[in-house]
Amino acid sequence: MLSLLMLLLPLVGMLLIRMVSDKKSAARVALLLSFLPLAATIWHATMFDPNGGMQFVFDKWWVESMGISFKVGMDGLSLLMVLLTNVLVPIIIFSTFDRDIVDFKNFYSLIFLMQFALVGVFTSLDGFLFYIFWELALLPIWFICLLWGGADRIRITLKFFIYTLSGSLFMLVALIYLYLQTPLPHTFSLDSFYELALTPSQQGWIFWGFFLAFAIKIPIFPLHTWQPDTYTNAPTQGTMLLSGIMLKMGLYGIIRWMVPVIPAGIAEWAWLAMGLSVVGIVYASAMAIAQKDFKRLIAYSSIAHVGLIAAGIFSMNMMGMQGAVFQMLSHGVNAVGLFFIADILIDRYGNREMKDMGGIAHVSSPFAITFTIILLGSVALPLTNGFIGEFMLLNGVFQYSGWLALFAGLTVIFGAVYMLRAYQRIMLGEAGEASKSFKALTSNEKILLYIIVALVIVNGVYPKPLLDIAGPSLSAILAKAGVVSM
Amino acid sequence: MTNLIWLIPILPLLGFLINGIGNKNVPRSVSGWIASLSVLGSFIISIGAFGTLMADPNLVIKADYFEWLSAGSFTLDFGFLVDRLSIVMLLVITGVGFLIHVYSIGYMHEEEDYARYFAYLNLFVFFMLLLVLGSSYVLMFVGWEGVGLCSYLLIGFWFKNNAYNDAAKKAFIMNRIGDLGFLLGMFLIFQTFGSLEYDTVFAGARQMTFDQPVLTAITLLLFVGAMGKSAQIPLYTWLPDAMAGPTPVSALIHAATMVTAGIYMVVRSNVLYVMAPFSSEVVAFVGLLTALMAGLIGLKQNDIKKVLAYSTVSQLGFMFVALGVGAYTTALFHVVTHAFFKALLFLCAGSVIHAMGGEQDIRKMGGLKKALPVTHLTFLIGTLAIAGAPPFAGFFSKDEILAGAWTHSYLIFGILAVSAILTAVYMFRLYYLTFHGEFRGSKHQQEHLHESPISMTVPLMVLAVLSTVGGFLGMPEIFHMPHFLNNFLEPVTGWADLYAHGHASHTFEYTLIGSSMVLLIVIIYLVYNKYVKDAHVPKADHLVTGFQNVLANKFYVDEFYNTFITKPLNVLSSFSYNWIEKGFIDRIVNSFGYLTNGASGVLRLVQSGHIGLYIIAMVIAVILMFVFKMII
Repeated sequence: MLSLLMLLLPLVGMLLIRMVSDKKSAARVALLLSFLPLAATIWHATMFDPNGGMQFVFDKWWVESMGISFKVGMDGLSLLMVLLTNVLVPIIIFSTFDRDIVDFKNFYSLIFLMQFALVGVFTSLDGFLFYIFWELALLPIWFICLLWGGADRIRITLKFFIYTLSGSLFMLVALIYLYLQTPLPHTFSLDSFYELALTPSQQGWIFWGFFLAFAIKIPIFPLHTWQPDTYTNAPTQGTMLLSGIMLKMGLYGIIRWMVPVIPAGIAEWAWLAMGLSVVGIVYASAMAIAQKDFKRLIAYSSIAHVGLIAAGIFSMNMMGMQGAVFQMLSHGVNAVGLFFIADILIDRYGNREMKDMGGIAHVSSPFAITFTIILLGSVALPLTNGFIGEFMLLNGVFQYSGWLALFAGLTVIFGAVYMLRAYQRIMLGEAGEASKSFKALTSNEKILLYIIVALVIVNGVYPKPLLDIAGPSLSAILAKAGVVSM
Repeated sequence: MTNLIWLIPILPLLGFLINGIGNKNVPRSVSGWIASLSVLGSFIISIGAFGTLMADPNLVIKADYFEWLSAGSFTLDFGFLVDRLSIVMLLVITGVGFLIHVYSIGYMHEEEDYARYFAYLNLFVFFMLLLVLGSSYVLMFVGWEGVGLCSYLLIGFWFKNNAYNDAAKKAFIMNRIGDLGFLLGMFLIFQTFGSLEYDTVFAGARQMTFDQPVLTAITLLLFVGAMGKSAQIPLYTWLPDAMAGPTPVSALIHAATMVTAGIYMVVRSNVLYVMAPFSSEVVAFVGLLTALMAGLIGLKQNDIKKVLAYSTVSQLGFMFVALGVGAYTTALFHVVTHAFFKALLFLCAGSVIHAMGGEQDIRKMGGLKKALPVTHLTFLIGTLAIAGAPPFAGFFSKDEILAGAWTHSYLIFGILAVSAILTAVYMFRLYYLTFHGEFRGSKHQQEHLHESPISMTVPLMVLAVLSTVGGFLGMPEIFHMPHFLNNFLEPVTGWADLYAHGHASHTFEYTLIGSSMVLLIVIIYLVYNKYVKDAHVPKADHLVTGFQNVLANKFYVDEFYNTFITKPLNVLSSFSYNWIEKGFIDRIVNSFGYLTNGASGVLRLVQSGHIGLYIIAMVIAVILMFVFKMII
């Protein structure tokens, strides 16, 4: 029951926000409405028992004749992903406070619809339901990018839409195949997928069905080319939704729907999946070094980061899994922070070219300090959230293969190269004419940056609460895959 | 005292927060003192802990504060460990650190961003203390990267200047290259021992057999980290550039403390290194090469800070040679004495630069001893100490390293002795050019020459005293005095010492001391003749030719890295972006789209509206179905 309540709360927000007609109060009301799902999540977290398996389960037949049920529930993994969603959505709404959003009613409604679909993806325990939410999530973000995006938005969003949609169809095939393997009467329930006795070769084929869908969404090299264009052209809030939360759907999907269901398929193809992920880390870092546009640079750095997360998952050990889940949260926070910084720069300079900036550190020290700390989180300096995830991920990959870890570890160096270079171009040196008139941060902008900074440091110094929530669930998932976590 | 350990790093952290958050709201008169006193507080607690440890040789103070990382059954505590090794480092960091903080109050008094400077300085001390206090490799790494960050922030402290920013960035990235090695070393330790806590790892290593490949791999990977942090070949070129930072920073971070982290790490891991003789040989070889090469470069530098920077690189090389030959306490001994005299030399250089109005070129100095009597005298003491003149601090520690090298290999000893001679040459060259002869600067500078304020000279005097008597921590055997440091560190390195190669003979010791004294006097005489009597001034940069030019240009290593690493990386990135990303991968993706568009355009023609065509198609389809059915 409870999960259902939390799932439906964003829809309440979506309807209520339409009643507000004044632009200024709409932002405030939207923020307040976004606190409802957050409060519900925190309430759930207080009642959550990490060792209690799947909790708050709601299970009713949806289309009984086809074995489709409306089954949602949360274990530690789901809870953390829902927490990420419901923490980031208020921040994303908050980021619109000092910006002029045209057609604001539809904008906020779509954000809430997106939130609904995301929470649905992270809590579904039925294959068909999962697929419905998965595709539903694509619609609001597509509209957000299409209607509020930049100059070249029509071509880019079309590519984004078709690319990810066609990936999902492979997943649909895999889900239907699994469904047909269940004993009569067939069912889409995840629990019944666990019971299947699939041959390794069957699992190998199913692997590709899921992997294509997830790999495009994450995105994993070389299926990533929709991402930089889309991230760069989308409005800031759209980019935040995409990078902060939506790409985690793919990573979450691997852990929830692939690891425990088709472990033999993963065992067969992990070398390739990890190889692509690791190549992607190095490749995307090199791309980031070549960028002159800050937003595009973050987009590429994001590919590098999620590549490492995927590699950590496919290494199929507890270290890699824990690191992956933690890094999904950290990456969400840091990406939102960095894209907000890009938003501030676009707001002040009217473009994204780093060569036009420089010397801002003289003009605005709050901006310099918060930017520095978020950057440190992104390059995984110890005592920031990024370090915890990256350390465990690289360690997990190392346990799979030392050589892969060496190449994946190049992110430690390249990350510093492109981020410090960008920071120097934007913030350091003499302040040019454009930077001298840099408008000071508004108090809303400051508060948002301080919240991000607090999350970066608190999670980096004391990650235990989050690790403890995820731990037992991940052990259970690995146990289903036949991996005894040490 | 045991339960106050946590305060040692927390006090500087508090200082950082006050100056960092208060920033320009903190009164200028207060900010420097908050920073200094917080470090003094840590120093006092460290002395207390030292007393406790002195009393009981077997005592190790351990405190776990909270569980930090966990994955499955693996957990890692955020915990501190104070043993006899860490306490030596703690005393050096907080003691020398305090003096440099006080000195900074005077040195930076005209600085606009006063509070930010002290905030960074305190943050550095915090991370440095974390580095030596941590009870596991992961916590050492936390401090390890943290000091790298502070080094970055302080090198680029004057961030209007993009050359300084480049130097800062270079330092951070080069350190990161080393850090990747350190990380991989940690993962291999975790794989081998299932833990990253010192106790468990070393206990496990003691059970292993000698010369295992995995131990060789671990120690080499960790040493890559040390190459970065302690500026050894090939990762040393960031350190001379790091002189872009304020001079007290060079003294604290780039001479006395941070750059010795690599030595601390190897001493801490002495159990692993003793078990991996090949790695130890590599350590000795790299150290030796660095000591010689940096010493040679030091001969031809004309920037007062650059000479000291290369000297630091060279001295760090000495320490690694000591580590490589298994003389762990000796290396630490040199860390301590070097912290005294090199901090002193840098602070003196700062005092000179201060008096010269920012001038750093020694060709434009000369004769400063009259105007700067305190600086002159203390600099002379520092020079004597680093050159190894008895009874100054460097004499004892350097002598011990040479003796250790002698027992290990005559070749290492020979090259190291040459490096030691080079040290004396470039240091006295620096000393004479700066303080003797005629003043070569501008008239304006000459009128403004002045001795530094008392907040700067007092730290100089204290460090000068330490550089004079610091060597008595470790007296050679022939003086029939107890070697305090060796005995004190016995609980830490005792197990490794079982593998040591024995001691140099007394005859050798006498010969070494005698000949080095004679050599030193000869060197001083020759250098004096050249630079004071003949008043030789190094030529302008463009007039230098031949091998001297190679030295002046630091063997062109920077140019080499620039041509073969930095530029190719940039070119490759742009190339891949334009040709692979846009020209290839994305083109394939788009062609799927065009293909679909094109194919549907063709298929559309089939729906022409001619009924006859449809009927024919239907008939063909039905026939095909029958054929298909029959085949199956």
